[in-house]
Amino acid sequence: MAEFLINTVGLSAWLAWTVTAVVAAVLVLNVIAGGALVFIWAERKIAGRIQDRLGPTRTGGRFGWLQSLADGIKLLAKEDLMPEGADGMLFRLAPYVSFCASFCAFIALPFAFDFIGCRLNVGVFFVVAVLGLEVFGVILAGYASASKWSLFGAMREAAQVVSYEVPLGMCVVVPVMLAGSMDMVTIAEKQAGWFTNWYLFHDPFTFVIFWVYVTCAVASVNRAPFDLAEAESELVAGFHTEYSGLRWSYFFMAEYGSMFLVSAMAAVLFMGGWNGPIPLATLLGLSEGTGDTANYFVRLLGMFNLLGKATLGVLVMMWVRWTLPRLRIDQVMTTCLKYCTPIAAAMFAGAMLWQLFLPGGLAPGLDRPAGEIREGWLEGPGGRAATAPAAEQKKVAQVNR
Amino acid sequence: MIAAAFDTGLVAAALPLAAINWHSTFFLLFAVLACVCAIAVVTADNVVRMALYLVLSLGATAGLFFLAGAEFVGAMQLMIYVGGTLVLLVFGVMLTAQAPFVSIKTAPGDRALAGIVGASLLAVLLLSAFSVEEWRKPAAGVVGDPTATPIGMALLGVRVDEPPAGSPAGVRSGYLLPFEIVSVHLLVVLVAAAYLARAKRRKTPRAIEVAASAEPPASVAEHAAIGREPAGRGGSVLVGGPR
Repeated sequence: MAEFLINTVGLSAWLAWTVTAVVAAVLVLNVIAGGALVFIWAERKIAGRIQDRLGPTRTGGRFGWLQSLADGIKLLAKEDLMPEGADGMLFRLAPYVSFCASFCAFIALPFAFDFIGCRLNVGVFFVVAVLGLEVFGVILAGYASASKWSLFGAMREAAQVVSYEVPLGMCVVVPVMLAGSMDMVTIAEKQAGWFTNWYLFHDPFTFVIFWVYVTCAVASVNRAPFDLAEAESELVAGFHTEYSGLRWSYFFMAEYGSMFLVSAMAAVLFMGGWNGPIPLATLLGLSEGTGDTANYFVRLLGMFNLLGKATLGVLVMMWVRWTLPRLRIDQVMTTCLKYCTPIAAAMFAGAMLWQLFLPGGLAPGLDRPAGEIREGWLEGPGGRAATAPAAEQKKVAQVNR
Repeated sequence: MIAAAFDTGLVAAALPLAAINWHSTFFLLFAVLACVCAIAVVTADNVVRMALYLVLSLGATAGLFFLAGAEFVGAMQLMIYVGGTLVLLVFGVMLTAQAPFVSIKTAPGDRALAGIVGASLLAVLLLSAFSVEEWRKPAAGVVGDPTATPIGMALLGVRVDEPPAGSPAGVRSGYLLPFEIVSVHLLVVLVAAAYLARAKRRKTPRAIEVAASAEPPASVAEHAAIGREPAGRGGSVLVGGPR
């Protein structure tokens, strides 16, 4: 886009890059904020249906479409309270820390082949690292509120998130290993085609580890049955007990943003990203390189595909939330340390062995070469010469300089 | 590179907006943030605020790494240091939440001593930084399209990168041995931590009885039954807005 602005519109370079950055940031922000509006409405409807109620029915017609908007206006109009003993600076800062962490992780999330804020070579790693920062805002909020309930909630959250980062990291490593790259775009591209190419169906180990990932993802974004940080039946409202109005809604947006993010991560890592269960674009005769308009259409289609998968993931999380009872803290820790981590480790080893002995899978013809051969640094097993182009070598040299 | 970026940043500040070197501007921004927060860490009284400043300072350092094109190191910085600070923060809150430790005052003598040590270290660093004849600069401003694969391969003992110009030719080993040593070291630390932290079992039968009776009586099924009670969740939805 920056090149387009420079070459066609004739803006100067710095203005073009600034405009590009602002557009990307605003788009991502709207995914979070707009997504939160829709998801809050969906959550209320789903919760209602699961509990044999109707949920919101009045605001905005029969289905209560505008309920979230009405809530938002209500929150804007609420008084911004702060407890007397609170640490003012930290109390005010905490919601922004949470929200920023959730927002930053979206920067490296690809929505379609080229629809990505910033294509990082270590995208997966970056997202996992930044997502871990969200808990920081929660702990600050819990501490700064000068309230027992908040502090309890924050401590629980810290213990939980720090523990669940271990199995989560192990689950994320498996698709990275299969794709030979931490670049999320590359990982999704490797799963192009029919749904049989998804890493979910790559081998039995990845199928199992996907469910471990789902468990850990739900735990790491603090959703029921792992929502001990809020635990409204024991801790009033946990870490955000003392928050009201807009600050409270930042926590809420961060939560829904993270939910969407881990679902989109699941889609990219295990379910092909923007590559659908059916390669619709290919069947329609559209592919990369048919022309600019066709390219754009393919990517738009891919974006809807990814958004659909991520939304499905969020809806499943809601379903789980209103179905399962909350775990106790010791049960949460047991799930993490005694089940998730060993299973993830075993599945990781299994996937590794599978990749070593059955790299092509059970079906012939699926050749998935390992990283160093694919990138042309070493000679492949099939007598393929090291076809490292000069540019590649130069790039590597440049990195190390 | 630091000095060069600093110079260009200073020059750019005097020029109109279009001529600003954005790389240097962001470098200055992150560098100033890192330095100011680092000073704030030692001047703050409250443990949690210290941790906050520490995280900001480390985050700004990660920003510098990203700016230099070292994305892997930047993400690593976020993951390890910010995660580590998080644990520090938790312990800080747990140990100092009571009244006498909420604020930590530094004695004037300590302050002066720390100032002397810090100033002398800064002087040494500055001297060595400015005594470098010429900093190696990246080829075209920002390093383009970096990849973490060479790092991973080097950790497995295979160097795929080209040796820097002027270094002796020959087989270069990777970092497999240091990597393994660090791994084993960490494993030892983990085992030791688990040993120290595990529940101590006394040998006397009396103590075992006491321990057994102190077990929490709530069974899983009982808890599940409580959790399933519809009034808890449903009621809060009606009262507490979207929840």
